Amino acid sequence: MSSTELRRTALDELHRSLGATMTDFAGWDMPLRYGSERDEHNAVRTRAGLFDLSHMGEITVTGPQAAALLDHALVGNIGSIKPGRARYTMICREDGGILDDLIVYRLGEAEAPEYLVVANASNAQAVLDALVERSAGFDAEVRDDRDAYALLAVQGPESAGILKGLSPKLSASLDQGGAPITDLEGLKYYSGLPGTVAGVPALIARTGYTGEDGFELFVKPEHAVGLWQALTEAGAGAGLVPCGLSCRDTLRLEAGMPLYGNELSTSLTPFDAGFGRVVKFEKEGDFVGRAALAEAAARTEQNPPRVLVGLVAEGRRVPRAGYAVVAGGEVIGEVTSGAPSPTLGKPIAMAYVDAAHAAPGTAGVTVDIRGSQEPYEVVALPFYKRQK
Amino acid sequence: MSNPQQLRYSKEHEWLSAAEDGVSTIGITEHAANALGDVVFVQLPEVGDSVTAGETCGELESTKSVSDLYCPVSGEVTEINEDVVNDPSLVNSAPFEGGWLFKVRITDEPADLLTAAEYDAHIAG
Repeated sequence: MSSTELRRTALDELHRSLGATMTDFAGWDMPLRYGSERDEHNAVRTRAGLFDLSHMGEITVTGPQAAALLDHALVGNIGSIKPGRARYTMICREDGGILDDLIVYRLGEAEAPEYLVVANASNAQAVLDALVERSAGFDAEVRDDRDAYALLAVQGPESAGILKGLSPKLSASLDQGGAPITDLEGLKYYSGLPGTVAGVPALIARTGYTGEDGFELFVKPEHAVGLWQALTEAGAGAGLVPCGLSCRDTLRLEAGMPLYGNELSTSLTPFDAGFGRVVKFEKEGDFVGRAALAEAAARTEQNPPRVLVGLVAEGRRVPRAGYAVVAGGEVIGEVTSGAPSPTLGKPIAMAYVDAAHAAPGTAGVTVDIRGSQEPYEVVALPFYKRQK
Repeated sequence: MSNPQQLRYSKEHEWLSAAEDGVSTIGITEHAANALGDVVFVQLPEVGDSVTAGETCGELESTKSVSDLYCPVSGEVTEINEDVVNDPSLVNSAPFEGGWLFKVRITDEPADLLTAAEYDAHIAG
């Protein structure tokens, strides 16, 4: 437990009244689990789960050159995001190292562009500082909105049905064909629109970190408790349960989604991490890290780096971050995340391994689990993909 | 949660039953099970192993962590709970009953084992 005061979300009292086990996560006192994390995980896979994600870091970018600033500051092509859509992207240092992975929501209409950048809690200050620094010379404003939002997520196959029970209304926005999007059916995966839900203003986004269909609801902190309670009531019949960060981690791991600090760090470029596809060299203008990233792209093309793979245990011992991956007596990689997978019923891990051992089905791969070599099967990511 | 009166406890959160014919049953407390979260793997000593009070004799893996299992007394392992090896969730669902871990023929026990009331105070502090 940290000696410094932990930050508490607007839902803190509610979590305690539900008997949550709390944990220090990036300086926030967050629910780790309410009961069994395996039950919470399975609820999200089969029904629905309700998360407090208010620790995530929101930064708003506005102004005539908001898109130009973000194209300069981030590695993705932000100017190409249509109103109402969201994009997974990264922010890198000048040397190409990953500062954070982000979701950017394009809000506002064409004449008044506005972007919501959502950073990891642990990196929010660094991302904010970098955006402010990189905004010099742009006609754009970078605003720290971390305290302006609480963030609730409803995830799982029942989530759309549950949300519909709270009369969600979306502000009219144009879809690709020109028709206004006014209901959840029109809100595609990786979209987000302002509107109201349960009578309170919200940015309603069809995004998540679980591998399931689901929604993330950005609301004012004073509306968080009311919305949580409304969702709990609306979801009771569908089997919605409150979910903590523990199952969020196993859900994203099964879905093969990277976690900053585990799979991503400043010591890796997106190309070394296997996420080179998020870097868009063809976009307009220069961007921070371009030269280093171009070099990394060429280097990794010539000389394949370690590859992020999935590992599935044959036994029952669980690999943890930092454990060595071994083949033929040599260390050939390192585990970045590992957990017992509720869906597969076996321990799983993500690991960076030498390219020669990265092919699915590669034989003779073990993980050194506290001195014992446990056999693992190399598989392609993700471990789990939902049926659409 | 209530810690059964008839058991004794270690500060490392193991419980120990009153000896029958010199043999005591050992498990971990509900407090420890709750702190671990869902237990997914249990490694126990083998029947016939000598165990020493205060030393590690196995491990418990949960979703988020792995924890050493300490032996609260010294002696010889006479039986292990195969049910809990096959279904580690018993540690969470019935820590004082079906989730027991192993039995030991006691040769020596430390002087600082706790009563239920003392253990209650230990985990409250």
